[in-house]
Amino acid sequence: MIKVKINGQEQSWDGDPDLPLLWFLRDEAGLTGTKYGCGQALCGACTVIVDKEAVRACITSVNDVAGREVTTIEGLHPNGDHPVQKAWRQVNVPQCGFCQAGQIMQAAALLMDNPKPSHDQIREAMSGNICRCGCYQRIENAVHLASTGV
Amino acid sequence: MNFIDNPRRLRGFEKHIRVEKVSRRSILKGLGITGGFVLAAPVMSRQALAYETGAGKMPHGVVVDPRVFVSVAPDGIVTIVGHRSEMGTGVRTSLPLIVAEEMEADWSRVKVQQAHGDEVKFGNQDTDGSRSTRHYLIPMRQIGASARTMLEQAAAKRWGVAATEVKAVNHEVVHSASGRKLGFGELAGDAAKESVPSVEGLKLKDPKDFRYLGKGQVGIVDLHDITTGKARYGADVRLPGMKYAVIARPPVTGGKLVKFEPEEALKVPGVEKVMQVQGWPWPSKFQPLGGVAVIARNTGAAIKGRDALKLVWDDGPNGKYDSVAYRKELEEASRKSGLVLRKEGDADAALKGADKVIVGEYYIPHLAHVSMEPPVAVADVKGDKAEIWAPVQSPGGTREDVAKTLGIPEQNVTVNVTLLGGGFGRKSKCDFALEAALLSKELGAPVKVQWTREDDIHNGFLHTVSVERIEAGLDKSGKVIAWRHRSVAPSIASTFAAGTVHQAPFEIGMGLVDMPFEIANISCENPEAAAHTRIGWFRSVSNIPRAFAVQSMVGEIAQATGRDQKDMLLELIGSPRIVKPNVKDLWNYGEPQDSYPIDTARLRKVVELVAEKGEWGRKVPKGHGLGIAVHRSFVSYIATIVEVAVDDKGKLSVPRVDTAIDCGTYVNPERIASQIEGAAIMGLSLAKYGEITFKDGKVQQKNFDDFQVVRMDDSPVVTNVYIVPPGPDTPPSGVGEPGVPPFAPALINAIFAATGKRIRSLPIGKQLEA
Repeated sequence: MIKVKINGQEQSWDGDPDLPLLWFLRDEAGLTGTKYGCGQALCGACTVIVDKEAVRACITSVNDVAGREVTTIEGLHPNGDHPVQKAWRQVNVPQCGFCQAGQIMQAAALLMDNPKPSHDQIREAMSGNICRCGCYQRIENAVHLASTGV
Repeated sequence: MNFIDNPRRLRGFEKHIRVEKVSRRSILKGLGITGGFVLAAPVMSRQALAYETGAGKMPHGVVVDPRVFVSVAPDGIVTIVGHRSEMGTGVRTSLPLIVAEEMEADWSRVKVQQAHGDEVKFGNQDTDGSRSTRHYLIPMRQIGASARTMLEQAAAKRWGVAATEVKAVNHEVVHSASGRKLGFGELAGDAAKESVPSVEGLKLKDPKDFRYLGKGQVGIVDLHDITTGKARYGADVRLPGMKYAVIARPPVTGGKLVKFEPEEALKVPGVEKVMQVQGWPWPSKFQPLGGVAVIARNTGAAIKGRDALKLVWDDGPNGKYDSVAYRKELEEASRKSGLVLRKEGDADAALKGADKVIVGEYYIPHLAHVSMEPPVAVADVKGDKAEIWAPVQSPGGTREDVAKTLGIPEQNVTVNVTLLGGGFGRKSKCDFALEAALLSKELGAPVKVQWTREDDIHNGFLHTVSVERIEAGLDKSGKVIAWRHRSVAPSIASTFAAGTVHQAPFEIGMGLVDMPFEIANISCENPEAAAHTRIGWFRSVSNIPRAFAVQSMVGEIAQATGRDQKDMLLELIGSPRIVKPNVKDLWNYGEPQDSYPIDTARLRKVVELVAEKGEWGRKVPKGHGLGIAVHRSFVSYIATIVEVAVDDKGKLSVPRVDTAIDCGTYVNPERIASQIEGAAIMGLSLAKYGEITFKDGKVQQKNFDDFQVVRMDDSPVVTNVYIVPPGPDTPPSGVGEPGVPPFAPALINAIFAATGKRIRSLPIGKQLEA
């Protein structure tokens, strides 16, 4: 039995310990905000925060997060008003929106680590997250906005 | 354990590892509570409209009935149906916004409800071809005006005054003479009893009174849900007792399963069953390819189970498909004459007599859509009834195909349209929904079929592969007197009919035969090409190779004659006029030429606008270059300037992009900007990296590591968008797709300006390195 804390709630899993965290979150825990995009840590759609770090849930097993604290998009802020979420709405970032949970989690982790990232630092840190619609210009603007106070 | 040290986490891209407007549920009462009536298509008379569109010719045409699209609850909440699919263009907001504008509803009290697939009820729902605003601006205004009129009539009756004395203003009806007011909610019940006014008699608002249209201040309805993880895509649908399925499909188009061994898969924890999936012989439109499904309690187990399957395939007739050999075939075909589609003057003779002939042979390979949400669908089939939840661009077509595939009546099929995590044309084909339906029927349980990214790349409906060969003949003065363009590419029609070797009217009409240049001798030809995989619509479709070829050739002519690119472009476009190509049944994106002519004044205008705003001719640093391109597609006009920087090692970056678009009358300029910003990135992706290749019939790429797309660190630093203000009656035209085609040639022309290297084959890949 693996125990993991997700968005502040203790969850347990007695199935395959190698099950990717992504599928545990989506199919077993019903937290579908975290998305599948590639399964190989190439696109960042499944980004969650484990303890204080952005992690790709598609190549992290449930076992890897045993006893740890996982935050998904659903748990980032109780009302969805994390500065990154607010900035995202102010800048009208999303098009289709599918990658945005991963983008927002990556941006939130970046700002925890570096509260005032530069243009180059944002572009570097966010480059693991693909947006096929091409919202990058607005993502960068939203991260800047979140870092300066929304 | 530190996560950084977890080797599993460090696979792949390691360096980077580290609305609803009103939520109250109201009992919907009033308008829309009874079934609507349907007007036969085409419903729009000439009097009611300043222009005609091709909307009436789409399957099931247009429905203009307020009772189908609008309901008003007693608490005043107005629910407006969005009947097109939301894949990122903002259409789920824009079309209901048009209704709200015209009916004087307050947007903060409007709720948008997604229509299920039912074209008899809602009219055509195919969300493709950049058609939604162009076909529905007027119908949505008419629906809103009808609803407004019914509310006004109800208020007038209540007060015993003439309807002409009352006016709907911001969610209430006002009788200004007496100062009386009634909210929409208070009038809902009475308004529902009013007869629906005739479309011809409707009075539409004066555009100067618009509160929302053309303003861009309204965010998309799903914005909050998207940023909080609540937005529901196809992949997010969960039903009680639902099984998760992943399918092993034939690796070669037209291949068949010979045998399979399920034993190892069944040993994987969580795997419940392994079963065969029915397949159809190629080509069969959007029918499933067949294969073997692994059914499990979660998607992770299903994927692991599939990896453990032992499978033997018969590759069939396309087992030798090889992209290197195929390219040679296309090139050879392009060097001989083919089916002549447009002939003006005598291009062959003029080329023979020309002082100088410039030849360009341009190649663009297959591309995959790779929408961030790979194909996925949920089906629940019970007896002769089926319910589908899926991210489909064609809800009506999906309903028809599910009914046919299961052999049940169409009215027994419900297609629930979720949000689409990107579409780009891939989700116009409902094969994934058909797979889910077949599996659910056999299992007797709800099933979700999830395509992996590898499935998406291996078994998709790819963008065609093409060679576009252009020969331009110049006289002694440098004037272009002859133009011969041969386009060789397997057709989308090959997915519908075996033996297709020529492109369809909707493909040749995308920048080949509608080429707008003022040249005396023109020949547009289509030599034969047979398909060896499934070809499908990809955002902008054939406009991608055509704009690349035609606009690169403009750059080449400028280069050969020592002219400025922009001046050369304007000279070739020629005088402001309506171009009427000598073509039998010009497709014109399905639109009448009266409303949507090929207008070179508008083409010139976007070139001039982008040149001015984008500071064409500005001094750029060493290693940088500017390039320009213009293209008319989806009856919009769009011009792009790209600034490129190429360093000593041949690494390119894009500091700035400027784009001007003339899309006629528009609804939401803010979403137009987002589409154009995104189009620049998709254009850069295909120019820089985009290539799907085949060997032994199989796609050689598998995921985002070997089919790369632009990431933030190599995306354009800034994209500026300029929208041409529309004339008073300029019909709306496409926005979703037109942004992509001019990007690659503008980039290629910029690279020439920066480096003196002329790229004729995409992707650029390593061509600029040393």
